Amino acid sequence: MSAKVRVLVLRTAGTNCNVETAFAFEQSGACVDEVHLEKLFSGKVKMADYHIMALPGGFSYGDDIASGRIFANEMRLRLGRDIEHFIQDKKLIIGICNGFQILVKAGILPGPFVPDAQDHQAVTLTHNDCGKFESRWTHLKVEGKGVWTEGLQDVIYVPVAHGEGKFVPLRQDIMAALKAGGQVAFRYVRADGTPAHGAYPENPNGAIDDVAGITDATGRILGLMPHPERHFLFTQHPFWTRLAKSPQGAKSPKGAKSPKGEKKSRLGDGAKVFENGVNYVKKNLL
Amino acid sequence: MIWRIEIKDKDGVFDSAGHGVLRDIADLGVSSITDVRVVQVFILEGDLSRDDAERVARELLVDGVVQDYRIADKPFSRAFTGKKDAHLIEITYNPGVMDPVEASTLKGIRDMGIAGVKAVRTSRQFVIEGRVSEKQVELIKDKALMNKLIQHALKDPAAAFTPVVLDRRVKDKPDVGSVPLKGLSDKKLAEISKKGQLYLNVNEMKAIQAYFDKEGRVPTDIELEAMAQTWSEHCNHKTFRGNITYTVKEKGRVKTEHINNLLKNTIVKATMTLNKPWCVSVFHDNAGIVKFDDKYNICFKAETHNHPSALEPFGGANTGVGGVIRDILGTGLGAKPVCNTDVFCFAPPDFPVDKLPAGALHPKRVMKGVVSGVRDYGNKMGIPTVNGAICFHEHFVGNPLVFCGTIGIIPKGQDKKAAKKGDLVVVMGGRTGRDGIHGATFSSGELTHESEVVSSGAVQIGNPIEEKKVLDILIQARDEGLYSAVTDCGAGGLSSAVGEMGEKLGARIDLDLVPLKYQGLNYTEIWISESQERMVFAVPSSKIERLKELCASENVDLAVIGTYPGTGRLELFYHGVKVCDLEMAFMHGGVPRIAKKATWTPPRYKEPQFKCPSDFAPKLREVLSDYNVCSKEAVIRRYDHEVQGGSVIKPLVGPACDGPSDASVIRPILSSKKGIAVSNGINPRFGLIDPYWMAASVIDEAVRQVVAVGADLSTIAILDNFCWGNPDKPDRLGGLVRAAKGCHDFAVAYGTPFISGKDSFYNEYTDKGRSIAIPGTLLLSAMAHVKDVEKAVTMDFKRPGSYIYIVGKTYAEWGGSVYLKTFGAIGNDVPKLHPKDAMAAYTALSAAIQKRLVLSAHDCSEGGLAVALAEMAFAGGFGATAILNMVPFEGKTCRVKRDDMVLFSESNSRLIVEVDARDQKAFERMMAGIPMGMIGRVLDVPELFVYGLKDNLCLKVNVNELKEAWKKPLLF
Repeated sequence: MSAKVRVLVLRTAGTNCNVETAFAFEQSGACVDEVHLEKLFSGKVKMADYHIMALPGGFSYGDDIASGRIFANEMRLRLGRDIEHFIQDKKLIIGICNGFQILVKAGILPGPFVPDAQDHQAVTLTHNDCGKFESRWTHLKVEGKGVWTEGLQDVIYVPVAHGEGKFVPLRQDIMAALKAGGQVAFRYVRADGTPAHGAYPENPNGAIDDVAGITDATGRILGLMPHPERHFLFTQHPFWTRLAKSPQGAKSPKGAKSPKGEKKSRLGDGAKVFENGVNYVKKNLL
Repeated sequence: MIWRIEIKDKDGVFDSAGHGVLRDIADLGVSSITDVRVVQVFILEGDLSRDDAERVARELLVDGVVQDYRIADKPFSRAFTGKKDAHLIEITYNPGVMDPVEASTLKGIRDMGIAGVKAVRTSRQFVIEGRVSEKQVELIKDKALMNKLIQHALKDPAAAFTPVVLDRRVKDKPDVGSVPLKGLSDKKLAEISKKGQLYLNVNEMKAIQAYFDKEGRVPTDIELEAMAQTWSEHCNHKTFRGNITYTVKEKGRVKTEHINNLLKNTIVKATMTLNKPWCVSVFHDNAGIVKFDDKYNICFKAETHNHPSALEPFGGANTGVGGVIRDILGTGLGAKPVCNTDVFCFAPPDFPVDKLPAGALHPKRVMKGVVSGVRDYGNKMGIPTVNGAICFHEHFVGNPLVFCGTIGIIPKGQDKKAAKKGDLVVVMGGRTGRDGIHGATFSSGELTHESEVVSSGAVQIGNPIEEKKVLDILIQARDEGLYSAVTDCGAGGLSSAVGEMGEKLGARIDLDLVPLKYQGLNYTEIWISESQERMVFAVPSSKIERLKELCASENVDLAVIGTYPGTGRLELFYHGVKVCDLEMAFMHGGVPRIAKKATWTPPRYKEPQFKCPSDFAPKLREVLSDYNVCSKEAVIRRYDHEVQGGSVIKPLVGPACDGPSDASVIRPILSSKKGIAVSNGINPRFGLIDPYWMAASVIDEAVRQVVAVGADLSTIAILDNFCWGNPDKPDRLGGLVRAAKGCHDFAVAYGTPFISGKDSFYNEYTDKGRSIAIPGTLLLSAMAHVKDVEKAVTMDFKRPGSYIYIVGKTYAEWGGSVYLKTFGAIGNDVPKLHPKDAMAAYTALSAAIQKRLVLSAHDCSEGGLAVALAEMAFAGGFGATAILNMVPFEGKTCRVKRDDMVLFSESNSRLIVEVDARDQKAFERMMAGIPMGMIGRVLDVPELFVYGLKDNLCLKVNVNELKEAWKKPLLF
């Protein structure tokens, strides 16, 4: 295998965040292919040729029936073995928004993924309590200790844009196990980092225990409702114009360190997630 | 076998859909409903065992974490949820209305390896608890749960067990209908036009009569329909291109002018006069194209979808967005949409229910439906909705206005297209059904036991995912060079699209090759259907195999339906029989010019008399909570304004992400710092006084908004969208002429060319013999370059201690203002425009912004200085002081100069600007010679202090209190 970090950004009918997700990985140094699901079905593209699989946001198949459901079944029923091998090979998977919904509904998260499992779904993402699609910025407390969340600031600021993002576990013991296993990666919090305790709008959808994102037990598979790729660049911050000139706004950009102080585009809070993925592959899989 | 699967939320799970319905019912004035629960129903038809059906339920339809289900092959004897005495209402789509969920479910079932399924139907059962009369149940059903045009209530759940197979007999050989015109009188011709819903006038009918006399034959039914499509007001802009005799009656003088083609003499003339080298393609394509950077051009189009939105707000707005996106896909060889705008006009949401004209939907329902429709299409297409406006006026009660705009980006050199002789005519995307055939009714008599007369004609539900698939393919096909031309199927369907593309070459089409949603359409319906999500291409035969392969790889339907033969004739066949043979030159050039009369008499409104208040806190709260001024956050948050990652200045700004941005800025190429600013100007109240000055004001508003965010003034391109009443009435047309003249004069003065535009007429509603016309409304959309997005400016106050300036002069102009509206008046002194002064100020301010001397900038529009200042303060979370004596005011000695005039006049060309104290000198130097006043400072306490003309403290108010008044009105 070449010494390039190869990222597979999956898309199908209704996927719509593939371009910016690909951009985030490319800017982090990866070689990215945006691939239609049909190409995996037909064997024209092989999942095994990649190190990272990203399931971007969007409305796959229109969110018909339930968000992510049809895509999830395609993953489980038509690509199950490939995914099993991908996970066994210690490769990385990230699902953002609709991608998270797909991972959960396919039983890939919280895992462990068993392709033929009958009752494959332990948690779900369902309709927001407000009953509506909503677009807003949220503060997330970073709790995960896994590959993807390593080195992030305590609290990051990233936007959500969904109608079905309320995290619900099937049973309380599943929630307890997620917590005990360190699988809760992100929680919605107030701006000061204190818990949202389910209160709207800090917790935008009524998610149980304010859960915004989880990983599998290994930390290599991450799913989250908020969009880190939409806070990759500094100017994506909703009030960057207030930060640009202010002393506190002059923080050095994460992931854009340059030894000679060369001026590089400043990056946003979500950039580190993508950099983490790429760095893991460089360290462990190349 | 037929299986019925019912799905409900588990006990203890919050039923958000049910709660939404509960709120809608409360809005109807029915307060006795205690609970609503929603049961989702799927009917599976086909060769399915119980095990199969159970598996479909478990693995596909039901989310076992939060939902329960039950399944049966016969009707259930009792409801799945709720108390025994609950009311059950089950709503389903009318036959012929496509529910995308059904297609997705079929796909999902086949993915599972279950092949026997033939059809899927869906419905929603509402379980309503509480004491209500039968009459109230009917009201709830009709007003909150469904729209008769597309849905019906199942009277008997057992009905669902009757198989629905749309099995209409189709004749292979059509009976070709003919419509003899020879020798018919004018009266008879008019009758034929009316009966056939052709909307052609007598002169036009006579032209067609003469054409067929010359050809020596009788026209077929489809030929007349095709002519009617091509010559429709919608496609041909007859009013704007016609002959108008325009009479002005002013101050006892009468002046008459003959205008030969209003469009050419105003809108187009302005663009021709300006002759900007950066205009790449104007007026003739689906959208106007201008230069952007070394690699790309950008294009912009705004459309209206008013009539469909009045009937079915969700579907109307939904397909309105879909339509304008297709315009962008069909511009040049295809552009990629990068952002949407949306602007609406409604009657106020608190409009009294008992004053509603018969048949009109309540504005609150219209608004909710329209917003949901825009949300659905824009979000699912993955296009950020970044800018918009909502206006309210009682006269929009029967005719809401829905404007949808899209900006696209297209590689240089892809802006020209032309079908070539021998190219294949290809239709891609959605299938063709009876949608959008006016007046066509789809009798369901033979479909179900129910005899509901079903009309799916006027409206339909869009399928954004179908269009997204087409977008994904189109961009790849364009980059591979697989076609010579493309256009969208919009109004007039294939008739317009193929007609337009084959204007020079002619077209030969086999209508039976057009893929249909269901059988039973006749050839005319196929030709004029306005089914959504279809694009038409001209494809060289050498490329067709590759295009087919590409489409197959992403499950997009494509069909070759004919050729462009180079004969210059439109020849249509149906199962080998020729049904139409028309000369393209006649279709496109033969329409007789119409002649209309227009008159303009300036209205005179009563000048209100009232004392200047001494404390403005209550008034300011009232103005801020006017529906026209208040926060639109509740709507904005329904839209994804971040997708594609390019939003730099979002519609909501400030530390709490709730300040009202002026223009929005996007960077369409994430790796480049070059951006696009987009804004809009609209103000129907000014038009009630004088449409000429309304046009001036909305141009200025759109321009000053892009100036406020730091756009490059020399690159502003604008669009016009006129929505008017009946142009056959001289007073309505007179207003239109004035507005068009205003457009010309001020576009020229500002150096901002029109690059595209659109009109929508007949926005009148007749109730009890009285006609309610909308206020003539002009939406002006602007787009401009932002050289470096990192220099963009937002409107929220940034720093306590910094200086606040007002740039531009304030005049004694409060006609049409929101302030006068709060006194129940409109006034007469509508704001005028002084373009030279304005451009000097904008030029200087733009330069100051580029030098980073401006911390924040906000335009003064509705509510004037007072509202602008308050918005900047509460958006930034700071307070401010202001001294009205420092505001440059024209006519200092004028006796109307009073505190409220300075605070609330809506004079044009003014911005409030915040400048860091350290930059004062540099800023003032750059602004030398510009009328401007330093009016105060930003405070670190959340209080607004305003000192009046006599140094009286006329306003002292907490900004959070103002913010609350501003945020609340539309939260419902």
